[in-house]
Amino acid sequence: MSRAIFAILKRDLALSFRAGGGAGIGVIFFLAVVMVVPFAIGPDQKLLSQIGPAILWSGALLASLLGLDRIFGADADDGSLDLLLLAPLPLEVIAFAKALAHWLATGLPLVLATPLLGLLLGVPLNTLGATALMLLIGTPAIAFLGLIGAALAATLPRAGMLIAVLIVPFTIPVLIFGTAATAAAISDASPFGTAFKFLCALLLFSFVIGPVAAAAALRIGRGT
Amino acid sequence: MPKTPRMKVSDLANPNRFMRLSNWLIPLFAVIAVPLLAYGFYLGFQAPPERDQSYIFRIMFVHVPSAWLALGIYTMMTVAALGTLVWRHPLADVAQKAAAPFGAAFALICLVTGSIWGYPTWGTFWEWDGRLTSMLVLFLIYLGIISLWRAFDEPLAAAKAVAILTLVGFINIPIVKFSVDWWSGLHQKASVFRLDGPTMHPVYLYPLMTCALGFSFLFGAMLMVAMRTELARRRVRTLTIFVAQEAR
Repeated sequence: MSRAIFAILKRDLALSFRAGGGAGIGVIFFLAVVMVVPFAIGPDQKLLSQIGPAILWSGALLASLLGLDRIFGADADDGSLDLLLLAPLPLEVIAFAKALAHWLATGLPLVLATPLLGLLLGVPLNTLGATALMLLIGTPAIAFLGLIGAALAATLPRAGMLIAVLIVPFTIPVLIFGTAATAAAISDASPFGTAFKFLCALLLFSFVIGPVAAAAALRIGRGT
Repeated sequence: MPKTPRMKVSDLANPNRFMRLSNWLIPLFAVIAVPLLAYGFYLGFQAPPERDQSYIFRIMFVHVPSAWLALGIYTMMTVAALGTLVWRHPLADVAQKAAAPFGAAFALICLVTGSIWGYPTWGTFWEWDGRLTSMLVLFLIYLGIISLWRAFDEPLAAAKAVAILTLVGFINIPIVKFSVDWWSGLHQKASVFRLDGPTMHPVYLYPLMTCALGFSFLFGAMLMVAMRTELARRRVRTLTIFVAQEAR
């Protein structure tokens, strides 16, 4: 079973990193969002460094939503989704592997880019570390929740915007506890443990509900 | 003497029977709803001014029933989603689709009246506290469900996809209900549906419950009208496809 999972991971990662895969586009979009905010609110360094973590979180969330239609869209178009449905591997496991590959290709680069983009906003170094670490937990949760939307809209044309609309309400708890944990990590104003544990709980929860709901959606969508 | 068969719940699954039944249930529900609402609002306007907020509390008689209905309609839609996926009830997805815009409307009414109520009493139209945020999330989920319905052109495919989304979104309902207990914010704690009974004074509670009942019957009537419209729309769609195939 693990060989099949690795095969899916390898295939999806290769597909997203090679030409036409669009793995890097999320990071560029992330950069664009972070760049737009200082123009909108003015180059107030003090304010920017204060709200920097929040801008990074919102940018990462939007960038994560952007590529979700790629998880199943191309597979549904070229028929490989039908082969995956026929595979002896449980569909939940396949969905899990595909979401993991999607996060490795699009989510992890966002986390790695966070310290760099934070410097543009003048966020202090220790805050940057905390933000990146919390995003490391938060972005996979967003990817696995987004998996549900990706599966629901797998067969629909122009699904990108629709998936974002469907998934945004479900990612709000991740954003709330992610930013709360980030804020708690850098100041002593509120206890770090509570928000951090909630964020971790959301991640584990998304690991379960995402693949299960996505598999159900795919089965129903394909009439099996 | 021929034995008359007793009617079962599953008999309602027949769309034609639903059409006949709703034909006289709609006016009945409307006739119950109007006097209930009129009486509830009348009692509400008779109620003495509240100690801290004088007369503005009267918006409660719209705000609170809307909030309950927004939650109740989503719960009903969740049951309908199970009806679509598990029991394959032919009317479940019709009810689910018809109910979604009403749920969104009641959630919006709840948010708007809450803002209007909040400005003079809390001094702000909006506060990012647990109850308000989770209600806004509920409104967004309703909009997502409506968008997903509109994204498919095949009603049956849409019904199943929306059913899964509805089931996943149900997670938010207990969050809305218990948000005031989990996080302390500006919004007051539960004062009606509590384990130790309502803490609200009967002079306010009685008109509130009358209004809630009136709004529920109003929703029931509107839901059945919307379901009839949806059934008619599907019939038109099928006939149009049929005619198009004939013409080929």
